[in-house]
Amino acid sequence: MNAPPDSPDRTAFGPDLAEVFGPGHSDGGPELVQLLTPEGERVHHPEFDLDFSAEQLRGFYRDMVLVRRLDVEATALQRHGELGIWAQLLGQEAAQIGCGRAVRPQDFVFPTYREHGVAWCRGLDPLKMLGLFRGCDHGDWDPAEHNFGLYTIVIGAQTLHATGYAMGMQRDGVVGTGDPDRDAAVVAHFGDGASSQGDVNEAFIFAASYNAPVVFFCQNNQWAISEPIERQSRIPLYQRALGFGFPGVRVDGNDVLATYAVTQAALQRARDGQGPTFVEAYTYRMGAHTTTDDPTRYRLSDDVESWKLKDPIARVEVYLRRNGLVDDAFLAEVAAEADELGHTLREGCKALPDPKPSAMFAHVYAEETDELRVQREGNEAYLASFEGSH
Amino acid sequence: MATTATTQTQGQTQKITLAKGLNLGLRKAMEDDPKVLLMGEDVGKLGGVFRITDGLQKDFGEDRVIDSPLAESGIVGTAVGMAMRGYRPVVEIQFDGFVYPAYDQIVCQVAKIHYRSKGRVPMPIVIRIPFGGGIGAVEHHSESPEAQFAHTPGLKVVACSNPVDGYWMIQQAIACDDPVIFLEPKRQYHADKAELDESTTPEPLFTSRIVRPGTDLTLLAYGPTVKTAMRAAEAAAGEGRSVEVIDLRTLSPLDMGPVLDSVRRTGRAVVVHEAHVNLGLGSELSARITEECFYSLEAPVLRVGGFDTPYPASRIEEDFLPDLDRVLDAVDRSFEF
Repeated sequence: MNAPPDSPDRTAFGPDLAEVFGPGHSDGGPELVQLLTPEGERVHHPEFDLDFSAEQLRGFYRDMVLVRRLDVEATALQRHGELGIWAQLLGQEAAQIGCGRAVRPQDFVFPTYREHGVAWCRGLDPLKMLGLFRGCDHGDWDPAEHNFGLYTIVIGAQTLHATGYAMGMQRDGVVGTGDPDRDAAVVAHFGDGASSQGDVNEAFIFAASYNAPVVFFCQNNQWAISEPIERQSRIPLYQRALGFGFPGVRVDGNDVLATYAVTQAALQRARDGQGPTFVEAYTYRMGAHTTTDDPTRYRLSDDVESWKLKDPIARVEVYLRRNGLVDDAFLAEVAAEADELGHTLREGCKALPDPKPSAMFAHVYAEETDELRVQREGNEAYLASFEGSH
Repeated sequence: MATTATTQTQGQTQKITLAKGLNLGLRKAMEDDPKVLLMGEDVGKLGGVFRITDGLQKDFGEDRVIDSPLAESGIVGTAVGMAMRGYRPVVEIQFDGFVYPAYDQIVCQVAKIHYRSKGRVPMPIVIRIPFGGGIGAVEHHSESPEAQFAHTPGLKVVACSNPVDGYWMIQQAIACDDPVIFLEPKRQYHADKAELDESTTPEPLFTSRIVRPGTDLTLLAYGPTVKTAMRAAEAAAGEGRSVEVIDLRTLSPLDMGPVLDSVRRTGRAVVVHEAHVNLGLGSELSARITEECFYSLEAPVLRVGGFDTPYPASRIEEDFLPDLDRVLDAVDRSFEF
């Protein structure tokens, strides 16, 4: 990628960064790992190629269709006032399913607040995600049951937790033993915006320093609310990894096959004790940042239209159909399943009960302090004083 | 420094400094529970800049006494991950004024994860912070940030004041399933020695203690100001005033029982801390005492503390810190009502 020494694109300080990060690379650039083109053509890669069974491919398709429905339903539920807010994953289905399906049961995943597709892969009831965005709780699932952490709202904070968790795995002797059922690793999710956070950069430094088994999985969806990737980085994000002393790879985040293959390889590297990897899943946020956002104020619809042509689900469907791996009955079955999921989520969300006011006092500490007991009992007595008055 | 402590390994009693008490307490906690890890800047071979972790890496290995990169948020954030994996990390923040890069992780993550997870994810982390002034240091090395943490639900905050408490309280903080901000009066690390008898049973961690009984006025102190308060009580006794001194020990939650009981008896209270007076612990103590002991009070609760300035240059720090005379002045003012 670097311009040769006599190139006019090269300055005394190295390559012209405008060239490195210019509009010519909006397709992800020549180093983008891809196994399935937007047109549904299966292509091969010298390092990250894998054979996928028909069942696996149908599974990816089903997963992506269902999590897209989950996302669309949740957005609609917000519009109907049933959710306070929703962080949309539209367009990022392949990145999340490819990564989520590459994770083994003993691995641990640290999400941001947008990893609904990964949560799906970890077996979470999507109503748990809706409960959080409805305001019933801050995430009512057991991280240890699913090896899937709670959603983390502060940008990038969880990358340090992931690194520390991976350091714990090292101390537990579950890294580099050669036993595929024992060796484990961690996936740390974050986005292009978070790549500017100090915590993320500190996580890179700690993980590199201790050779921790963590895969830093960055979904570069090009937008941090209204700020384009150019505001966060003047070089391709995956290239930053080199400066921290571990490998970085840019994968087509709209290609579920490539994302799966690259994540699996990075996870295996970590489980084997070879340390961290940065995976940049190059994708696009087709929706708004959240339901409170208005992307028409800051980005061109042309961009969105061009990314529509790279849809992660359409290319798999084309490939499956063209190769006779699915029939109309299968596609109809998945569509019906998606409708059923939508119905379940709509009804389930509306039926989620509000917590009682006293729930706010629970679990501040391992055991309730006297101070909190007095406040809770005082509040309960206060509320009870209104009972019977109209 | 810490190694100058007189140790009598034959019996159970030894004379130790605060630094040695903390060191022995950390060692005992690590022996008792293999999940206890230490992490921080320079805590390994060097034993920490104050030598509190002296010799521990040599005996427990680099996997349990971890020299970290110089990044406080990274230290606390990775400790969160280790706690999620079932460890009990004890992290050292090198100086009080260096805790702020970790403030977000402490306030938004450490303090809230147990709550966020409905109790499913415990956060048994101890964050050790040498605090307070009086060592002639440069900026950011003499601060008293306790109120910032005591104001944060989900955290517990304690301050030790003497070698024996240092030994017991650090072990109790490590055994606690809640995150504990553990404040150590750095000026006292290598100052006074005390007799440690390991065969005794310590009081519970989150309790305050009367360290000098009295009948006329209650002095409330913690960490470095306990010594100042004791000297003030001694001096007041010479003027015929019987001053009770309470070492608060726990700052969040507050153990108000002994405090209220004392003030109901004495009718007067003065709070002494090095932290800025405005919205410091003294403000909360004053409010609670007033709410609970209104009819017992002979005078308003008075506060003696650092002025509401940034910590000054060290040549004038003794004028910033509450000293014997300023405490006695407050005692006098209380009796003037």
